[in-house]
Amino acid sequence: MTFNGIKQMASETKLPLHEAALVAELSETGNNPEETRAQLGEFLRVILEESEKQYGKVQETLTGLTGTNAKKVYDRGVLYHSPFTHVAIVASLSICESNASMGRVVACPTAGASGVIPGVFYALAKENEIPFDHLLPGYILASAIGNVIATKATLAGAAGGCQAEIGSAAAMAAGALAYLSGGDAEMVDSAAALVLKSLLGLVCDPVGGFVEVPCVKRNAIAVTAAISAAELALSGVSSVIPFDETVDAMRRIGRTLPMELRETGLGGLATTPTAKKAVDRILTRFQKS
Amino acid sequence: MSLLDVGGPVMIGPSSSHTLGALRIGRFGNYFLGKTPDKAEFFLHQSFGQTYMGHGTDRALLGGVMGFGDADRAVKNAFALALSRGLDFSFQQEDLGEVHPNTVKMLLYDGAMPQEIWASSVGAGMIRIIKINGVDCDLSGAYPTLILVNKDTPRALGMILEKIDANVANLYLRRINKLLAKALTIVELDSDLTLRSLLEIKSLSVIQEAYYVKSLSAPIQGKGGEGR
Ligand code: SF4
Repeated sequence: MTFNGIKQMASETKLPLHEAALVAELSETGNNPEETRAQLGEFLRVILEESEKQYGKVQETLTGLTGTNAKKVYDRGVLYHSPFTHVAIVASLSICESNASMGRVVACPTAGASGVIPGVFYALAKENEIPFDHLLPGYILASAIGNVIATKATLAGAAGGCQAEIGSAAAMAAGALAYLSGGDAEMVDSAAALVLKSLLGLVCDPVGGFVEVPCVKRNAIAVTAAISAAELALSGVSSVIPFDETVDAMRRIGRTLPMELRETGLGGLATTPTAKKAVDRILTRFQKS
Repeated sequence: MSLLDVGGPVMIGPSSSHTLGALRIGRFGNYFLGKTPDKAEFFLHQSFGQTYMGHGTDRALLGGVMGFGDADRAVKNAFALALSRGLDFSFQQEDLGEVHPNTVKMLLYDGAMPQEIWASSVGAGMIRIIKINGVDCDLSGAYPTLILVNKDTPRALGMILEKIDANVANLYLRRINKLLAKALTIVELDSDLTLRSLLEIKSLSVIQEAYYVKSLSAPIQGKGGEGR
């Protein structure tokens, strides 16, 4: 599946973009469009439910390195961002901190990057009061954008670095937001491409190998990047490099990343003095328990 | 990949390889025994052994052994729930040799003799069962599996295969005790066996023990602890 392929099918059949993605899915996997729609709807329902439930809460995470950030941002309230972006940031932190404390998440596209999509969708539901049935086409399209990346490159941090996890999540969220705001196929393409271009090269360097630092806060920052990219695209700013080619570039970059920067905890932030001290502290605490 | 692989699944965090995969490995053990064991011993290799507490791998394995589903919130309280259900458990690190870094050896007791299962979590929540009671295999857990201890006599395998009314996907077998002429046969099936077929296999004179492990993607009956 390529994004160009989906766009082309949509223009030939006059189907909306997300319906074209369901047809492409049918021809590639044999999955029935109505069943796919219903199952993706279930995932989206869990995302909205969990976002509501965990919103702004303190969590007791496995390592204790995160867990209070969602509440801090929630308590402080809006500073510079719009209420929409504020809600998106809080929801994103909430889901990631819940994930780190063995809460229920939807691994869209992965567990580590599971906060970006909830950020955008929960803000649309909460702030803009978009009903579920109107959100679902965006979720279908987000999954299709992720599937383009999975087909052409990878969604795994261990294979392609964090650009493949959080970079992909941001591209999916930006594309969906542009789509749900009435953007056409070119705007969706640009929104996804613009944010992915900004996150290209992002390495996977979690402290101790645990999905907490930098993952949790990286999700929250990535949501704001996704919203910015959608805002640019919807204003008519187009990405010089189209989305499909950006994904190809991401694959090539991922291939050249050394093993140390692909989820091994052997490079980047994971090898800073503070990270090493934190890991020692965590391991001693575990040994005592 | 399909849209559904990208848009989901619903799972208990934090990691699809270290938590979801571990939960599914444990659940394979539960389905094998057909119940929660009295005692479970886990031996964790390399990456599993080094990071299991920070990923909740231990609770996920234990929750799986109690039969919890992929998105069951009860996994988080697996230690307490195991204690309240009389499930004795232990975790230790062990070098299991030339296997995937995320590999665990489980000894599951229902009575005096344990069942020994080796399994690896190979990414994105997918698992491989690589050894059962000393017999090397390569099962995904996605299909129903028949595990038999049978007499190692001529025609035994033929008699067994004749009674199987589902398509055989893969077959693994090995003699486990030459003196007692015992063999272990593992049959991975494309679809479920009928009850009649299973009963007929169990009543064969060459069969000493028979275990029917349902698919890990089969719907889960009942709730693990607190519900979904
Ligand atoms: S740093 Fe690695 S583990 Fe953390 S979110 Fe990014 S890819 Fe996932």
